[in-house]
Amino acid sequence: MIDPRLVLLVSAALFAIGVAGVLTRRGAITILMCVELMLNAGNLAFIAFARLFDGPEAQIYVFFVMTLAAAEAAAGLAIVIALFRLRGTTDVDEINLLKW
Amino acid sequence: MEQIAFFVLALLSIASALVVVTNRNPITSAVALAFNLVSIAGLYMVLDAQFIGLLQVIVYAGAIMVLILFVIMLLNLREEAQAHPVGTFQRVLAPVATVLFAVAIGRGVWLSTPPVFPAASAGYGTASSVGRELFTTFYYPFEAISLLLVVAMVGAVLLAKKKLS
Repeated sequence: MIDPRLVLLVSAALFAIGVAGVLTRRGAITILMCVELMLNAGNLAFIAFARLFDGPEAQIYVFFVMTLAAAEAAAGLAIVIALFRLRGTTDVDEINLLKW
Repeated sequence: MEQIAFFVLALLSIASALVVVTNRNPITSAVALAFNLVSIAGLYMVLDAQFIGLLQVIVYAGAIMVLILFVIMLLNLREEAQAHPVGTFQRVLAPVATVLFAVAIGRGVWLSTPPVFPAASAGYGTASSVGRELFTTFYYPFEAISLLLVVAMVGAVLLAKKKLS
């Protein structure tokens, strides 16, 4: 039998790796991919709790998170394309119009 | 058997996540992310959530990854430029902060979670049980999320179409 605590540890590790990516990477698309990584870590924790509490609710939350991730990917990538047209780069250090 | 599958999938998912974060080439990162999503789908299956596992493969590893790869290739992104090297402060502090963060979360869940899963009820995780709940209890959230998808789609088309000046 699988230990639920191990599943949650894997989820925590994946989330932390995603956070590290968002903190250190500079490509806008790579940062979006790291956000997907974090969303998936959250989903894995939801599935573990769904199994732990033996009900469909948490699985439906995962369904909603997936839909949100699809919407986020579509809108985020559209913003990246618009930025690339405007500035010719996706480096987030170059894109600092709203800084200060 | 179940346990071996879990450990193999967990290792694969963590290794591919590390590749996503450390590799400089965005296409390699994207392929590693697809690998990561499929191994997480495997973890869902091991945890008896078969319907969500299939959705994960179709929606995430299929649709979203194709979208990301398509944009990377459309913009013809190469390796990240070295024009602004990451500061040593950031490079040293980010992994340390991340490990501390993981330890904090891990300790919390380790102390507050029971060590065994209860037996799953009949029909757990099937499309029928999840779908019945989705279209009864969660009917209004379901409608709201479809509206959100339409808004995101319209927004994406408008943003990518318009010539910004």
